[in-house]
This record gives sequence, structure tokens and C-alpha cells, in this order.
Amino acid sequence: MATIYIDNTPFEVPTGKNLLEVCLSLGQDLPYFCWHPAMGSVGACRQCAVKVYKDENDTKGKLFMSCMEQVRDGMRISIVDPEAKEFRAHIIGWLMTNHPHDCAVCDEGGACHLQDMTVMTGHNYRNYTFDKRTYINQYLGPFLNHEMNRCIQCYRCVRYYKDYAGGKDLDVFAAHNHLYFGRAEDGVLESEFSGNLAEVCPTGVFTDKTLKQHYTRKWDLTMAASVCHHCSLGCNITAGERYGTLRNITNRYNGEVNGYFLCDRGRFGYEHVNSVSRIRKSLVRSNLPEATDKYTALQTVVQLMRQGRVIGIGSPRASLESNFMLKTLVGEDNFHHGVSDAEHDLTELSLKILKESDARTPSLREVEKADAVFILGEDLTNTAPMLALAVRQAVRQEPLLEQVSEAKIPVWQDAAVRELVQSEKGPLFIAVPTATKLDELATQTYFADPDAIARLGFAVANIIYPESPGVRGLKNNDLHLAQQIADALMKAKNPVIISGTSSGNEAIVKAAANIANALVAKEKSAGIVLTLPTSNSMGLAMLGGHRLQSAFEAVENGYADTVIIVESDLYRLASEGAVTNFLKSCKKVIVLDYLHSQTTEHADVLLAAGAFSEADGTLINNEGRAQRFYQVYPTIEDIQESWRWLGELGTIVAHDQISWWHGYDDILSAIVKEHPEMKGIEMVTPPSDFRIAGQKIPREPHRFSGRTAMRANINVSEPKPAEDPDSPLSYTMEGYRGQPPSAMIPFFWAPGWNSNQSVNKYQQEVGGHLKGGDPGIRLIEPKPEHKFSYSAAVPEKFEPMDGHLFILPLHHIFGSEELSAQAAAIQERIPEPYIAINTDDALRMKLDEGQLMPFAIDGNLYQLPVKLSTTIASGTAGLPVGLPGVKFAELPAWAILNRELQWKPQHQTTF
Amino acid sequence: MEKPLTQHIVPGRAPLSLKEYEKVGGYQSVRKILKGMTPQEVQALVKESDLKGRGGAGFNTGLKWSFVPMGDDAATPKYLVANADEMEPGTFKDRVLLEGNPHQLIEGMIVAAYAIQASISYVFLRWAYKVAAREITIAIQEAYEAGYLGQNILGSGFNLDMHLHTGVGRYMCGEETALLNALEGKRANPRAKPPFPQVSGLFGKPTIVNNVETLCCLPHIVNNGAEWFKKLGLTADAGTKLFGVSGRVKTPGCWELPMGTTIREILEDYAGGMQDGYLFRGLLPGGASTDFLVEEHLDLPMDYPSIQAAGSRMGTGTMIILDDQTCPVGFTLNLQHFFAQESCGFCTPCREGLPWVERILLAIDKGEGKPEHLLTLDFHTKYLGPGNTFCALAPGAMEPLQSALKYFREDFERHIHEHHCPWSKAKAWQPSI
Amino acid sequence: MLTAEEKHQIDHEISLVPAPKNACIEALKIVQQNHGWVSDESLKDVADYVGMSSAELDSVATFYNLIFRRPVGRHVILLCDSISCYVMGYEGIKEALHEKLNIQYGQTTADGRFTLLPNCCLGTCDCAPALMIDNDLYRNLTVEQLDEILNKYT
Ligand SMILES: Cc1cc2nc3c(=O)[nH]c(=O)nc-3n(C[C@H](O)[C@H](O)[C@H](O)COP(=O)(O)O)c2cc1C
Ligand code: SF4
Ligand code: FES
Repeated sequence: MATIYIDNTPFEVPTGKNLLEVCLSLGQDLPYFCWHPAMGSVGACRQCAVKVYKDENDTKGKLFMSCMEQVRDGMRISIVDPEAKEFRAHIIGWLMTNHPHDCAVCDEGGACHLQDMTVMTGHNYRNYTFDKRTYINQYLGPFLNHEMNRCIQCYRCVRYYKDYAGGKDLDVFAAHNHLYFGRAEDGVLESEFSGNLAEVCPTGVFTDKTLKQHYTRKWDLTMAASVCHHCSLGCNITAGERYGTLRNITNRYNGEVNGYFLCDRGRFGYEHVNSVSRIRKSLVRSNLPEATDKYTALQTVVQLMRQGRVIGIGSPRASLESNFMLKTLVGEDNFHHGVSDAEHDLTELSLKILKESDARTPSLREVEKADAVFILGEDLTNTAPMLALAVRQAVRQEPLLEQVSEAKIPVWQDAAVRELVQSEKGPLFIAVPTATKLDELATQTYFADPDAIARLGFAVANIIYPESPGVRGLKNNDLHLAQQIADALMKAKNPVIISGTSSGNEAIVKAAANIANALVAKEKSAGIVLTLPTSNSMGLAMLGGHRLQSAFEAVENGYADTVIIVESDLYRLASEGAVTNFLKSCKKVIVLDYLHSQTTEHADVLLAAGAFSEADGTLINNEGRAQRFYQVYPTIEDIQESWRWLGELGTIVAHDQISWWHGYDDILSAIVKEHPEMKGIEMVTPPSDFRIAGQKIPREPHRFSGRTAMRANINVSEPKPAEDPDSPLSYTMEGYRGQPPSAMIPFFWAPGWNSNQSVNKYQQEVGGHLKGGDPGIRLIEPKPEHKFSYSAAVPEKFEPMDGHLFILPLHHIFGSEELSAQAAAIQERIPEPYIAINTDDALRMKLDEGQLMPFAIDGNLYQLPVKLSTTIASGTAGLPVGLPGVKFAELPAWAILNRELQWKPQHQTTF
Repeated sequence: MEKPLTQHIVPGRAPLSLKEYEKVGGYQSVRKILKGMTPQEVQALVKESDLKGRGGAGFNTGLKWSFVPMGDDAATPKYLVANADEMEPGTFKDRVLLEGNPHQLIEGMIVAAYAIQASISYVFLRWAYKVAAREITIAIQEAYEAGYLGQNILGSGFNLDMHLHTGVGRYMCGEETALLNALEGKRANPRAKPPFPQVSGLFGKPTIVNNVETLCCLPHIVNNGAEWFKKLGLTADAGTKLFGVSGRVKTPGCWELPMGTTIREILEDYAGGMQDGYLFRGLLPGGASTDFLVEEHLDLPMDYPSIQAAGSRMGTGTMIILDDQTCPVGFTLNLQHFFAQESCGFCTPCREGLPWVERILLAIDKGEGKPEHLLTLDFHTKYLGPGNTFCALAPGAMEPLQSALKYFREDFERHIHEHHCPWSKAKAWQPSI
Repeated sequence: MLTAEEKHQIDHEISLVPAPKNACIEALKIVQQNHGWVSDESLKDVADYVGMSSAELDSVATFYNLIFRRPVGRHVILLCDSISCYVMGYEGIKEALHEKLNIQYGQTTADGRFTLLPNCCLGTCDCAPALMIDNDLYRNLTVEQLDEILNKYT
């Protein structure tokens, strides 16, 4: 700790930081632009100037950029010194010489860091009278707008995009006051993390293009804390609504999870809520085409339930509450998981590993600090994007920390650190079936079939800790690589092993677990991260339940005849024939969902469920962290959470448990009672009767406008605001104005800080944890006494089969995930279906890039254009999963190749 | 008068070949240090000689070297860079040395490299110096062949490689950290200091950047000793210096003279005084980024402290003369246009402030100036000072401006009040109300 | 496409630096030497060759004023517009060039013979005004000499 004097007041502050960071952490209002807590200082904008005095007797002082000054004990500075203030105001004056002053028509207005800083410095009048330079803007794809004239040249965009996120196609061009930030030419921004530019840019250069389609100022949005539903990492988001449609997603800082950033799937996938496929009314088949009111719909379902033998199919994209309610309603024995059978087994396996592993699952923040990483079988950029971003930071920081401390360069001095470290990287090993975007960072990549990857993994574990079973018949090269990986992991202090379910291969996951535990056995604080398929895969697995196949069997055997399907499109989970057969065999099919799908077409009753923004619920991420998402806006009466529909059904049928539950909090208590290992989920957020100073927390900023007018076309009297029985949040601008508990922050705002940079005010220290702790409660921690039992399931060597290809699942950030694939902007980025095959195999089969290749998996016929790959193993092929137009197949699986097979479209469904 | 740096330079004649250079004592200093001096001894000698960097800032060269980590655990390779970018308007002294005697530079570079134990060196040459490029390429080749460069130089175990890099424009490349970025194939933005290049320079390794003239002094210091070097100067400063004069003088040129020669001597004895019909109004003593000096300063000795005391800087020691028939506003405008255009664009005050200044000067020059424009110029001179901007470019730009506003303010005001440049033959501009 | 000779020269530059991308400016110079300027295609070729993205390389290329990213004439005239030449009357030379060649700064003559560009100090201030055409420096210029000088270039 050091004592510094800010305008003669002493403060105790941590050493090693820069002055700007420290001042902001102390709550001082000091303007800045080019500095960013995640990216450090470069001293470009000169906005953060303060006076620094040599000692007590120095009355003159000298201007210094606070972001570039290391805190020293006894340091004396002034923020309010007239010269410092005048200089800071001039900086704004300079920045505005070429700025168009177009706040009124700028999407950033009202949430603009430049506006905030302008007001903060008191630069009120423009005295630059000459004309301004203007730029031509670029088309950057479906996600972002570009308006270069607003640029203040702070370099944050390129520093984020290039240096932090590893993007290649955004840069700064030209020099002096002709600087241009953009692409070399018009075109779609390639990075999967491009959307963060909208938040990183302090002004309106890069703005959210999807928001522009239905633009609303930040202060006019109704907002709530939410959790991203598009992968298993559970990044925290803020969702904003107006006039009943969801308008945008912005990052919700969580110091342990996503920090300052989101991936583009998470940021732009929200539009599935507004998509044409939305189910907005409940439907009863016999009443079609009329929609059905809620009461009739409920009555119909109750009748069906009474007449039939009911089973339920839950969903990994539905909340814990909805799944639990279904399970309770239909009974534990009749509760099935709406996931493919392979996914079911893999998820169970992952849960088992996390529970029994001696190695802990690190948070994303902790992964960033790893000093060696080994990835097995996962293309992280496409299956768990933000984890890929975390790995990027990990490999950068490893060499950084040592060298930098030797050279006495503070870690926040970004340019100097990069210069010193050059292109050196920390140890990263990647073993995957085919090339991934992280490969460029890897110390070594290993492209091979899944069994070979698993064998490599087992070998590494065995080298580290001989009690972990070894591998027979490993080739010398592989053995050598295993040794190299083992050495690197053993040299590290905090190695992290990353694997997951996306390869569909259990052996890989087991091998990963062996390695992590072997490291722990060797006294390393090793971590294991397993990514899961869906946002609540973990929650569903923790609830327990049967496989989908047994649901099919139950109906086939006549054990059941009625099914309630909650938020699942079965056609994505099992082969088309099997699903159709199942749905046709059911006497009655009841579906609760918010998006139409092939499954909902079979529904006898369709209940309109709330999408994530219309629902309260809990998700458990891959780390075992339970997190709450809040309903953002009141829904029309007919749309409600699946758990509420099910609860109402339970009440009507006088279910002996459900009829006792009166609200959201009761469900949480019931879950904990039923599943003691989930203890803690009731504390993720305060209970619904929580109040601060007797007040609720408003979902709307205090400048929310137009509420007396916004419904005037319907009725001039303003209706009574909707009540929220499930949370301490109000749907209005009234309520407590201070900072609510961290897990329920509806939006970040502080006096003078309208932009997202106001998050500074919510953190214990800038860039650190949120005040009151980061949201979410981790449910699974390794038990000290536990002894992990090593898996011996070492697979045999993979042998290619004549006339066959072993089809591996490939994932795409845009397209493979069900919900985001329904968002218009994302749809523009979904690749065309293809089949990736090895160049040598293609040569042998006389196939060229783009040529159609017919093949059959499990009786299903496919015909897809060939994509040549030099990395995918010979004898295997990659099929993108989940893409529109690619039928479900349980992968990996053998495909029969038959050059004679003719594409017979008429056989498509009955083959 | 001793002229160590230019003694072998004859205008109009090709530079000495290596053989010829050796005959007149060339590369003696290299033999001397490799045989009998430790790097530390060389450093100490140069520090003792009080050689100040000739690139503009005038920092003691030996002291600058002493921040380079030495010893076995210092990072390797270390680099030495000769700054031959010379793009400061009004400056043409390094060109004389580069074209006239490239072996002297190479010899100096070997001395400097040995002193800091650098194993790789670069000559960062500005693009326009085509003749120099040719001569240096030949000289480096000769030096390699003679064993002064390469592995195990003269059997001493000391290795040094040398490469010529020609720039592709931009004044910024002369700033030593920007130069390093340019050498690395990056945009020539400057770097923050600390860390200084001595610790983390080229490719993140310890690096020294020295001006060509600085390096050319080294062989002579090694050969003749620190005392000899100090005594070359007439006043407080050591050594000789290349002084130059351009503008409306009778015989513009560049001469090696003792440190401390007075301005008047240089102007009158060497530059031949003002051309007929032109009167002296002021001068920039050391390139475009130094403050004006006027009549009253003419008897000052050209050395670092004296010029500084007069409110300006020695800079590069090459003077630009403002005569009575050149408009001081136009003169300043030309300078500010240069600086605005050469700003790298990295930091706000420089990127946005300099073009603003240029626009104002242009307006004043055209007769469209307003009284409040002078206030705007004033705040720029106040706030574009050292430390407020990222590097020294903008503060350098403010030096001629602030001194012009001081010494020639009436001329600025006349432009504004008369809506017309008094030097211009064009008709007075009429305000359109 | 880079020619074999260009690749050979670039390889040499790469051999002198720690990473290929460090030689990118040299590589641009080599290409410009052959083509007079760096087209988008050449830029892409060089970028691929030294392992950079086009954006990253263009970021470097556009920073420097002597990497030409637009076509230039067969000869490039660089007229010094800095202070000593200003004092010594370069503006007269400029006007004369505008008139003789019928082009402004940044333009190329219709016959593709000359491109005229302003340039900072050429480091020959004692012989101002000055200009450079390709590799040739002309000093102590007078308007009268211009025709003779220009005639040397076809
Ligand atoms: C904008 C700017 C341009 C510069 N240009 C040159 C230059 O062309 N040549 C030079 O030797 N020094 C130049 N310098 C000074 C260098 O940064 C550096 O101080 C010098 O090369 C150090 O060498 P010395 O210690 O031998 O003087 C420039 C400085 C600035 C701020
Ligand atoms: S585009 Fe935005 S982030 Fe980039 S430099 Fe300009 S203002 Fe900064
Ligand atoms: S925030 Fe400190 S200089 Fe930009």
C-alpha cells in the first residue's frame, strides 16, 4: 500500500497500479479515453492529465498523464488544479475540432463516453471555426455501423480488435489528422468478437447495427440483468426493451465470468426473440386457425393430462425452474432430457468429473491467468467463444509477467509490454480434429481423429503421473509430443486443461480429466474446464432424468401416450424418422416453447412460453455457477415462463407439491430441498420481497421518457404499471436510485457517467470484482478428501474403413446454436452446409472443392458440397452440426460412401 | 583550427576509400579499443569528454550509454542505431558527414557498439540521401572485407553486423523511439518513455540511438582523449560542431567550427552576411523546432547553455535566417504546415492542435485573421509543451511559434487589423462584414 | 504475383530481422521499385509473403508518405516546400511547374510522364530551392532551368 495525496487529502492505495486506475477506484471523476481496464494504458489521448508535485513545497507542479504514471508512496497530485482542468477541457476542444457534433442523430447519444467526458471537463463552447475533415464510411457486415466522422482517434478499437482479440482485418490507416480506423476495404468484420467495438469505442463510430433497426436511446430502454443463453459459459448480459420488443444486448460486467466483453453470438443472437418464428399465442389444434386464450389452453392441457399417461421432456435451454417444474409435474420417473443420447451421456460424464475431480474448474477470469493451456478436442471459438478469448489472454500473459517484472515495466503499460514481449507466447497445446482459430497461438497443434486425441491425452496424464493409465502402441512422434506437453504443464504453476462435449467423444473428456487430476496429484493447482453443449446443460444434468431414447421407448411400449415437451425441438436431437415416429405415436403432444419448429408442428396444444427476456430463471454454466436472469419487460398475458405454465397446470390438477408453491422463491426452495447439492441457488439473488429503503429497484433509468405518450394511440390514460411478483425489480423508472446488489444490476449508470464506462463505479476496484461480489454462486467445488479414480478407457487406434468416412461434428459460432440461428443478423453469417474432407481422400475419391458428395449416416442420405481440409485426418470427415439444412445425425458416426448412391430427393424422409 | 570531423572531406570529391581512410589514420580507434580498452572504459572516456548528442537534445552521450544493461545476464542481442534521418527543415549537416566520409561514421559506430556491447547495428538513413546511401553501402562492404565488421573483429572476439535501412518518409522517423518502430516495420509512432530504448529498444532489446555527428566524434575522442576534445570548444561545451546557415545570406553552407563560435561570426564570416537588399530580422538557431533569436542575440556563443539561456535551443546547429522581405507569419505558417503534416497522429494535442494552428496562421496570412485567433495560438503554445504531448514533435513546433508571437507580434496584429499581408502584393482582403 | 527476383530480394531482407513482418517496409519498397507504386494486389501479395493481413500491412504502408498507394507517373517530382526553400522562393518554382505540366500537387500529367508532389525538406537547405526527380536532386533552382531539367525525363 502507498499513501498518495489527491488535492491534499491522503488516500491509502495499492501500489503497482497507475494513477488513473487508482483515482477511478477511489471514485474520483477523472476523464480518459484511450485507457481501458482490460487493455491498459498507452497515453495517446492525453485526456487524463493531472498535476503532479515533486513534494509538499512544490506549488507549481507539472502536468502528467495519470494513466502513464505509476503510483508512488507519498505522491502529491491535484485533479482540480486550474491548469490541469483547463488542459483537459482543451483536449476535448481539440477532439471536437473534427467531430460532427451530431449527438442528436447519433446512436451513441445518451450512452456516450465522449459526451460524458465533454460535460465532465466543462468544455461548453466551440471556438474552432474552420471546416472539418470528413470521411467515407465502410460497410462492416450485419453487426456494426461505421461512422468515422465521429472518431476521436483514441486507438481503443484497434487495440481491442487486434491486440486483445487477435483480429486481423481492422486497423488504423494514414497519419496525422487523417487517421482512419476501419478495414482495408469494405466487408464483413471477421472477428467473432467484433460487437465489443460498439462498447469499446467511446463514441458513435462503431455502433450496434441490430439496435439501429429498432433504435432506442439507452435512457428509454427497460432493462434487466440477464444471462446469455447461447452457450454454456453463461456470460452476463443486460437486455433492453421498448414497445414490447427486445432492442439490444450489452455487456454486463462480471469480474469472474465475461469481464468487459461478449462474443457476437451472445450480443446479436437476441433477435430470435423478435423473429418471425415467435410463438405469441397459445394454440389448440382443434381450434385452429383461431388462437386460444390462456384459460382454454390450460383447461385443454389439464384434460389431456387427466386422460393420458404423461411423460415430460425437459430442455438444456430452459431454466432450472422450468425443468424442475416439469420434472415435478410428470414425476421423476417420467422426466426425460431433451438432448441427444450421446449428449446426455457426455454431460453426465462431465458433471461426474467436476464432482469427483480433485482439480477445480476455473472461472473465465482464472483461465486468463493460466500459465499453460492444453485444449483437447474443442474448437473453442465456435463452441465456447469467450473461453477462446480467455485463452488468448492466458498465452499472452504467461511470458509477459516474468519478463515484464524483470524489466520493471508495469504490466498496464501496454505498448511497452508488447514491445518487450514481442511475439513470444506462453505454452498452449491444441489437439483437435481440424484447424481452429486459436492454432496461430499454439506452441504445438495436433490434428487427428478423436481417438488419437484421447490417446495423446491419456499418454500425457500417464507421463505426469504413472498411476493414470498409459497408452499402448503410441507412435514415437506422439509420445514425443506427449512428453513435451507434460513437461510444459509440469513447468507451469496454474495449468489449465480444456475439453468438452462438442467432439462427442467420451474418451477425450476422460483423458482431459486424467491429466488435470494427474497434475493435482503432482501438487499443481491445475484447473479443468469442460464446455457443455447448451446454456443450461449443467442445470439439467444436475436435476437428473432419463435419456430421450427412453421417452421414445416409453411411448412405443405403451407405457405412456401423452408428452409434454418443454422448449425443445426434438428434430435437433434425434434422427428425423425416430422423432416423427415418436410424435405420431403419442396420442397427444403438448409443447411449451417460444419458437416454432418442426416439433411444434406436431403439437396438439402449443403454449406460448416466454423467451429469455420474458422470463425469470436460473442457468447453471459449465463451471457449475448458478446465475439468475431476470424478466426484462412485462409480457402480454398469454406469454409466460414455462415454469409458470407448468405451475398453473399443477395447481389446477391439485398436484400435491406444486399447489403449495405460490411464487418464484418457493420453486427455488423446493429445488434446494429436493437437490441439496444445489444449495446456494436461493441466494444467487435477493428474494422477491427484498427492498432497499422500502423501495424496489427500477428497470428504467430516471430519464425514461414518453411513458405517458407511448400508449396514447391505444388509450390516453396511462395504464397502471405491471407488477413483478418474482423479483424486487419494478417495471418503471421509480424506485431506489442507488446501486442494487451486484446480481441484479439492471443497467450501469452513475451521475456524470451515462455510458457503459460507469461500470467503474460498481467495482470494488476498477477492473476487479463488483461491489458485493461477482454475480453467481458456484455449486461444485472439489472436496479435499476426495480421491479421483483415473479412467482406463483408453481407446484403440482409429482405423479408417474402406468405403466409409468417420464423420465428426464441426461447430460454428453462427449457425450451430439453435436460438441465435433465428436472429436476422446472425443468419447473414451462417455458412452454407458442407462436408469437410481430407485433401488426400478427396484426391482418391476424385472430388473437388465444391463438388457434391453423397453419403449416408444411419440411413439418412446427405449430399453436400465438399470443402477440402488439409488438417482433418484421412478417413474422417467433418459435418457442421445444427446448421439449417443439415439434418441431425448422432455424431461421430460412420458414413457409408457409395459413388453409386444417387440423390433421390423423394426418399429423403423415408429412407 | 582543428576540424576533426571534416578534415578529410573535400566538397565535390568522392569520399575516401577504406584504404585511403586507413592511411590518414582511419580505424585506429577501433584497434585501440579492441586491443586495450574495456567497454566500460570507452563509456567512461566518452562521458568524461562531455560529448553531447548532436541530434538536438544535447544529452551527454556517455551518460546515455551508461543506462544500457551490461554484463552476462543482459538481454541480447543489443543494438546500435545511427540516426541519419535528418529531416528537420533547415538541417543538412549529417548529409555532409554521410556523403563526405562514411568510414568515419562506421568507425564511430564500431566504437559505440563496442562500448555498449551491441552486436547488430543499423544506419537509419533518410530516403532522400541517395548519394549517401550509395557511399555507405560501399563503405560497409569494404569494412566487412577488411574485417572491421562481422565476426571476431580484428581477432578480438567482438562481433558486429551493420545494415543500412533507408526510410520511406516521415519526419517522425527521426525521433528515436519512432525510428525503432520504423525499423521494426511498424508505423513510426513514438513510444512512451520509460522504458527507455537503453532497456527495451529495437525488438524489445537494449538499444542506443545516436545521431550521425555524435557518432563521428567518437573515433577522435578515442584517439586524442577527453581533454583534447573538451579543449576544442571555445566555451563551456566540448568539441567542434557542424554549423550551417540557410536563407538570404551571401554564402549559405555548413562549416565545422569550435563549439562556442558566436552567431555573428558564423553569419558574417562564414555565411558572408545578408544578401544585398535584405536585412536580418531573426533566425532559428538549430532547425525548424527551435525558438527565434533576434538581433540582440547575435553575439551569443553557439553552445548549449548560452542558447538555452537566451530562450532557444542549439538543436542541430543549422540556422535558418528570417529576412525583412519574408513575412514572419508566412514563415511561421510554413513551419506549422510542416509540423501538422508530419504529426504521427497518435496523441490528441499534436494531431488536432497543429492543424488548428496552421489554419489560423493561414487565415491570418490571408488577411482573414481575428484578434481572438492570437489567443488561440497562445493557448497552443502554452499547452503543447513538453510532457503534455506524447513526444517532442509538438513542443518543437511550438518553439518557433511562441517566439514569433513574442518577437513579431506586431506583424501578426498588422495582418489582422489591416486584413492583408503587408508583404503580399495581392490586394487587401475586404471583410464581408 | 511477386516475381522470383522480388521474392529473392525480400527473402534477403527477412533474413536480417527477427520475424518476416519486420521486413515489410523493405518488401514494399522492393515492389514499388519495380512497379512505381503499390497496388492493392501487390499489397496483398506482400502481406501474404511476410505473414501479415492486408489491413495490417496497409496500416504501415499508408503511414509513410513515400509508399505510393496510388499510381504515379513515370517520374515523380518531389518539390521541397519546407522553410529554407520557402524563404528562397520555392513558390515561384511551384507555380511554374503547375503551369508547365498543367497539374496540381498530387496529380499526374495526362501523358503519364510526371507526378508532382510536395515534399518536406530535402536536406539541401544551403542550396534552396530544390527538387528531386526520381533519384536526381536539383538545387539552387531557378524557373529558367526547369525546361532543361524536365526535358531529361521522357
Ligand atoms: C520529431 C523529432 C525528430 C527528430 N529527428 C531527428 C533526426 O532527424 N536526426 C537525429 O539525429 N535526431 C533526431 N531527433 C532526436 C532523436 O530523438 C534523438 O534524440 C537523437 O537521435 C539522439 O542522438 P544523440 O544523443 O546522438 O543526439 C528527433 C527528435 C524528434 C522529437
Ligand atoms: S474509432 Fe472509436 S475507438 Fe477507434 S480510435 Fe476512433 S474513437 Fe477511438
Ligand atoms: S487515458 Fe491517459 S492519455 Fe488517454
